[in-house]
Amino acid sequence: MSKHHLDAKRLLCPMPVIKTQNMIKTLQQGDVLEVVSTDPGVKQDIPSWCRINGHTVLSMVEEDNEYIIEIEVGED
Amino acid sequence: MTIQRKAIALLSGGLDSLLAVRVIQEQGILVEAVNFYTGFCVEGHTHAIRKKHKDKNKRNNALWSAEQLGIKLHIEDISEEYKDIVINPQHGYGANLNPCLDCKIFMVSKAQLMLNRVREMADQSGFDFIITGEVIGQRPKSQRKETMPIIARESGSDDLLVRPLCAKNLPPTRPEKEGWLDREKLYGFSGRNRKPQMALAKEFGFEDYAQPAGGCCFLTDESYSKKLADLWQARGEKKYELDDIMLLKVGRHLRPEPHYKMIVGREEGENNFLTGYRKEFISIKITSHGGPLTLIDGTPTKDDLQFAARIAARYSQGHSADTVSVEIRAKDGVCTEHEVIPLPPQDLKNEWHV
Repeated sequence: MSKHHLDAKRLLCPMPVIKTQNMIKTLQQGDVLEVVSTDPGVKQDIPSWCRINGHTVLSMVEEDNEYIIEIEVGED
Repeated sequence: MTIQRKAIALLSGGLDSLLAVRVIQEQGILVEAVNFYTGFCVEGHTHAIRKKHKDKNKRNNALWSAEQLGIKLHIEDISEEYKDIVINPQHGYGANLNPCLDCKIFMVSKAQLMLNRVREMADQSGFDFIITGEVIGQRPKSQRKETMPIIARESGSDDLLVRPLCAKNLPPTRPEKEGWLDREKLYGFSGRNRKPQMALAKEFGFEDYAQPAGGCCFLTDESYSKKLADLWQARGEKKYELDDIMLLKVGRHLRPEPHYKMIVGREEGENNFLTGYRKEFISIKITSHGGPLTLIDGTPTKDDLQFAARIAARYSQGHSADTVSVEIRAKDGVCTEHEVIPLPPQDLKNEWHV
C-alpha cells in the first residue's frame, strides 16, 4: 500500500472527479489517494463517484476553503 | 446458457438518459455509462463559483443518476477534441453557437470507440450496443426524425444504437432483431411534451431528478453564445482555450473598445474566482471601497486602463463618491495606485455590454 497526492485546486466540477478517476486507474488496490480541491462540489461528487466505483472515502476535511479527501482504492 | 448482454449508455444527468438506462435494465441488460465533459457543461460551475448560490445543490447530475441506477460511470474529458466540433461543425449551428447534431455524432462515436476498444480486449466480454436518451422532436437541431439515422450512420454505430424512449418510432435495431431486447417493452415518445417522461419517472420511483430547463450546455444559451462570438471576433480567429470558456461564464463582460474587454466580478464568489487569473490578465481592484475585481482581456493602452478603472469604480460601493482609489496590477505583479472619478451612469453605454 502506498500513499499518493492529487492537487485539484482551482479546478471546477467535474474536473476534480475526472482527475481523481484517471489517477486511481494507475494505482493498486489498497493504495490511498489524498485529493485537495477548492470546489465545494467535491464534497458530494467524490464520495458519490467512490460509491459507484467501489472505492472508500476514509476522511474528508475542510480547511481554509480547501477540501481534503482521502480515498482508499478498491478492487477495479 | 443465456449470454449476459451489456450496453454502454450516454448519461448526461438529465431525465431522458436516466429513464433510457432504467428501461434497458428492466430487460435484464447490464448497463455501464459514460459522461463526456466538453467544457461547456452547465453542471455546477456557476453555482460553485457564485457565493449567493452557496445553498444550491452542487451535485453532479450524471453521478447522481448513476447512483440511482446502480451503474458504473466513466467521466471523460473531451474538452480538447471538442474544440473542432464547436469551431467547425459539419452540420452547422442551432439557434445559437450550439453544434448539437455534430456534438451528438461525436459523443456516440466516442461511445462506439469504447465499445470497440473493450471488445478488442481478450479478457473482456465487451459491450453489445449503445443507449442514448434521445427522443424524436425533443430538440430542434439534433433530435429530429431525419437526424436520428444521420447520428447512427456518421458515428459508425449504425443499428447498434438504441434509443429506448422513442424506439417504436424508429426502425428496429439489431438488439431488437436479435431478441436481446423486447421491442414491445420500449417506448414511442415524441415531441417536446415532457409529461410521458415525468409519468415514467414516477412509475420507476425517481424523484429529485434534474429539471429539464434549456439543456445542459452553455452553447444553447443566447447570452453565452454572444460572448463566445465576441471573443472570436476580437481575436480575429475562431479559437479558444478552456480558461477562455470558463471566464465567459463569470462576471459582467464589457467591451468599451474593440481592442480590450473588461470582466467585472458581480459578487464575492466571482471576485475570488477571478483573482485566480491575475497572472494571466491585467487586473483592477477597488481599494477605497467595496467593489469588484476586474480582469482586462486584450491590449489596452494606459489611457484605456484609466478609463476601465472608472468603469470598474462605477460598479463599486464608491459609485457616488467624488473619487475612488484603485490598484491596477500588471500580469507580472507590479501594482500602481490611482485615484479615479467613477463613470457617471449616463456615460455607461449599453452597447459595451457583451
